[in-house]
This record gives sequence, structure tokens and C-alpha cells, in this order.
Amino acid sequence: MTTALSLTAVRSRAAGSAKLRALRKNRLAMTGGVIAGVFVLAALLAPLVAPYDPAQPDFGNVLAAPDWSHWLGTDDLGRDQLSRVVFGARASMQVGVLAVILAFVVGVPLGLLAGYYGKVADSVVSRVTDTMLAFPFLVLAVGLAAVLGPSLTNATIAIGISQIPAVIRITRAETLRLKHVDYVAAAVANGGGDGTVLFRHILPNATSALVVQATVGIPAAIIGEALLSFLGLGVQPPEPSLGVMLSSAQAFLAPAPWMAVFPGLAVVAATLAFNLLGDGLRDVLDPRGATR
Amino acid sequence: MSPNPEAVLSVRDLSVSFRTDARTVHAVDHVSYDLAAGEVLAVVGESGCGKSVTSMAVMGLLPPTAHITGSIRLGTRELAGGDDKAYGKIRGKDIAMIFQEPMTSLNPVLTIGRQIGEVLRRHQGLSKKEARARAVELLDLVGIPAPAQRVDEYPHQLSGGMRQRVMIAIAVACDPAVLIADEPTTALDVTVQAGILEVLQSLRERLGTAIVLITHDLGVVADIADRVLVMYAGRPVEQAPVDELFAAPRHPYTRGLLSAVLRPGASAAADGGGKRRLPEIPGLVPSLDSQPDACTFAPRCARADERCTTARPGFKSDTDDAGDGAPHLAACWHPNTLQEAAQ
Repeated sequence: MTTALSLTAVRSRAAGSAKLRALRKNRLAMTGGVIAGVFVLAALLAPLVAPYDPAQPDFGNVLAAPDWSHWLGTDDLGRDQLSRVVFGARASMQVGVLAVILAFVVGVPLGLLAGYYGKVADSVVSRVTDTMLAFPFLVLAVGLAAVLGPSLTNATIAIGISQIPAVIRITRAETLRLKHVDYVAAAVANGGGDGTVLFRHILPNATSALVVQATVGIPAAIIGEALLSFLGLGVQPPEPSLGVMLSSAQAFLAPAPWMAVFPGLAVVAATLAFNLLGDGLRDVLDPRGATR
Repeated sequence: MSPNPEAVLSVRDLSVSFRTDARTVHAVDHVSYDLAAGEVLAVVGESGCGKSVTSMAVMGLLPPTAHITGSIRLGTRELAGGDDKAYGKIRGKDIAMIFQEPMTSLNPVLTIGRQIGEVLRRHQGLSKKEARARAVELLDLVGIPAPAQRVDEYPHQLSGGMRQRVMIAIAVACDPAVLIADEPTTALDVTVQAGILEVLQSLRERLGTAIVLITHDLGVVADIADRVLVMYAGRPVEQAPVDELFAAPRHPYTRGLLSAVLRPGASAAADGGGKRRLPEIPGLVPSLDSQPDACTFAPRCARADERCTTARPGFKSDTDDAGDGAPHLAACWHPNTLQEAAQ
């Protein structure tokens, strides 16, 4: 009895960890995962990690090149660049995560609705989605942010809304596929209503596609936040944000290139890291890849 | 024929057609049968003869494009024309179905215990704990070893035969009066098949479940069925108790089907040990576009004459019927006489 139990436990753990092992073997994905992890930690622990107050000017030490006291140098007001990058990462992550959550909360139910019920619901949802997709993501985000007015909250909302159509598309496609699989037919044959079918059978099986979409959505939102802040539609100075830093670095490109280089590198590294992680997850989670 | 009051499931003149822009396909054409409690009715026929569509119609699982006429009575309830809401209350509770593909018919992300429990909680209002305990009992009932451990496993940890047993456990969870098994053993190894048939057999004996077994495997039919309904091109062509059908098939199509079954030794011995080609039925299944007022088997039948191509034969028992209560029905103008058939 005990042996049988522990055997069962071992077997199910082995099955679950097979995918994790496959992901570990993917070096690019692991690199991405580590960098993304550092970025997330920096964002979470910003007040502890940052060596200085990111908003505290030091007029005796403006435009200082990187040295041991200011690893990434200082900006035109003598503020510590490292501290500002760390707090900027915090703003980026905040927008990234909240915008993706917003996009999922709205997009997933609409995608399920369109995919499962079809007909009028599908036509309405899909046409609106198509219309939104006709605008490039960043253009849509800028337009919405301009309408909503400049603030971090509004930037988040604008980016979240801009990501809704992609989420709808993916949820709808997965629903259309899963609607016809045998176990959904079996659930209906056993008396399962729409709610059971949608939330117990279709949605859980669509998770892997949605997880991948989320890891692609977060870096897109990070870029979106940087862009909106750069244009003055997102985080407002003196609050730190990678976009705000890049914006103010423009005037000092020649005398203080580090002002532009480090926040720029942070955006690139974060975006690349999440995308690599997302690619790796897609390879592992895609059932059609079938690496069992 | 009027509905039989003693039958748990009574199908009368069930017809199903699918209308598309280009044409209308008559998939099922006036099928009738009765099913008594604890009885196993085998529905046999080749692919596309309408046997699956018939049972999907009974379950109310056909797409909205299907046009259904006739009567389907489950006990005293009329099912034909019921909407999804009406069906949702009886599916899985009073009538249940198991499918051909055990490998894909279970949800990969839920434990089998939860999938069995889902039906129990829906139809019997059991709590999570009660449903789990009952799931263990059911796994035991369908012959899964160590059910208390298996209940927490995921479908991918089970073999095909075990998964089909789980499907059966889900189907009989609420003790339905009727179980429709749509080719339950087709996707399985022969040894596993025998185990599944045994489970069905024991369910019928222990729970009194009536079973409609859809198959094209006559070996399975001989094993488990009480009565057989043979279908051809959407129409019923013969219905008889299983022994009678195998011993004395009346319809030429049924004879063709039976003679196309491999019997080790038998055919070779009859021919003095020489090689012999397995008999086949010449020609092709007709398209189901039209409902000709004729015997649909006539173009392939050696006995066909003018009447066969100008009038549809009734589905009836002949004068030389054994008369033992279970009628032997055939839709043929020239059925084999008992003497002929017995040969």
C-alpha cells in the first residue's frame, strides 16, 4: 500500500517535471529566465537594492561618469542612474504585469464567448478585434494614452486595452480547437452544461497557449511603457522610469552617453529575456511539439 | 408500430437528414427498435450505414443542421425535439454514452477521480468527498486495480484499456437505464477488448443496464449481444435474436456480412483445404442523397428482380417465423427461407 502510494507519487512527479527538465535543457530560455528573474527581483526589492534615493538630486555631482560610487553614473541633476534604473524596472514591471492582467481579464471571456457560441457573438467580437488589430500595437497604445491623459495608471490601461485583441484571438482559436476534441464531446454526453464545458474542460486546456501569450505580452507592455513615458504620456518626471530616463538623456548624448545607454540596455535586456523565456515555454508547452 | 410500454428505450421511425446547400443526405431512414432492461442490442453495419448517427440522435448530440423526425422514448419521456436544457438533465444520468477513442475522450488536465466526480456532483449533488469515495467504488466496479490510488492519477498515466474502463465508470456513475457504447473496443487490442466486454457484461448483470452496442465487429456481437439490428445505407435491414441471426440470416446483406468473416479452418476445409478468396459483396454503398422507393441493396443483390427496384420492402417478419416471441424482422422481398438460411 505504501509502496504503491509512493510509486504513484513518483510517477506523477516525474510526468510533471519532464516539461521542466526540457525547459532547463533549453539554454536560451534559461538565460532569458535568469535575466527576467533578476529584473523581477530588482523591481520587487527596489527600495532595498537601490543604493541612493532615485529622486534625490546632487548638484555637486552632475553628469558624473560611471565609477565605484555611482556604478552607472549620474544624470543631469546628479541623481544616481543605477537607483533610477532599478526603480524604472519597477515601473516597467508594474505596467507589464497589470496591463497583461487587464488584457486577460477582458480578453479571455470574450475569446471563449466568440469561440464557443460562434454566430452573432463571434461576428461582433471578431470584427471589433480585427478593427483594433488594424492599428499597430504601439500606435493604438499611444492614441489611447493621449485620450486618457498622461499618468502611469492611464498608460497601464492604454497598454492593457491594446493587448486585448491578441488575447481574444488566441483564446478564440484555442476554444474553436478544443470545442471539437473528444473529451469535450464526452463531457456534453455526460450532461455537462456550457459552464462546465467552458471552465472545466476548455479553459484549463488552453492554459499553455495563454501562458505563452502572457510571456510575450509582458515585454510588449514594457516597451509600451517606455515609449509612453518617453513621449511624456506615462510616468511623469521626477518619478523614475526607463522611458523618462531615455527622454531626458536625449539632450546629453554627447557629454554623458551613459545616461542613454544603461536605461536603453535595461529595456532591451528585459524585453529579450521575457521573449526568450516565452519561446522556450512555447516549445515545451506546445502539445503539437510532442516532446514527451 | 406503437411504442412498447415495457421497453426502457423505444425508438420509432427515427429519420435523420442533413441539409446542406447542395443536397440533402438521408443518414438514417425510419429506424425502429425497442430495448428492454438488461438487454444488449447490437447495431451492426459498415461505415456510414447510420449506426452512429442513430445513437447520436438518441443522445441529442447531433449538430443543429440535423433534421430529426420520429419518436425516441426513454421510459415514459419523449426525447425527440428536446432542447439542450432538457437533454442536459438526462444525459449522464438516465442515458449515457461511451465513445470509440479512450485515448482522447478524457480531459488530460483533470484527475480521473475529478472527472468521475464531476458527473456525480452534477446529477446527484454529492459533496466533493462523497463523489471521490463513490469514484473509487466505480473504478473498482469496472475492474481497475488499486482504485484508491488510481483515482488521483491523470489520464496520461493510464493505458488505453484502463482509460476505456474509466470512461465506462463515468458513464455508469449515475446508474443510467441505458448505456450506448459506440464501438467501445475498436481502438483497443484484442486482449483488452475481451476485458472491456466483460465489464459491460457484468454491468448488465449487476446493475440491469440496457446496452446499445454499436459495432462492426461480428465477433463482439456474438460474444455479448442478445439481439442484433443490421443496418444498411441508413435503413434497418434485419433484426433478430443473436443466435437466430447467426444461424439463419434472412436478408442477403446479412448473409454477405456473415460470409465475409474469417473463420479459421472452416472455409478452407469446406473447399478441401485449397486457398479460397473470402466472399465479398459486389458493388458500392449507394449515396444517401435520395430515398428511393426501392430496396437500397438491390443493385448489389443477386436475388434482385423488378419488384426490388420499384417498391421499398417492409421491415417485417415472414410467415415462416419461428414465432417464439422475439420477432425476426427483415426488409427484403426475397428473404431466405429458413431451410435456405440454415445451410
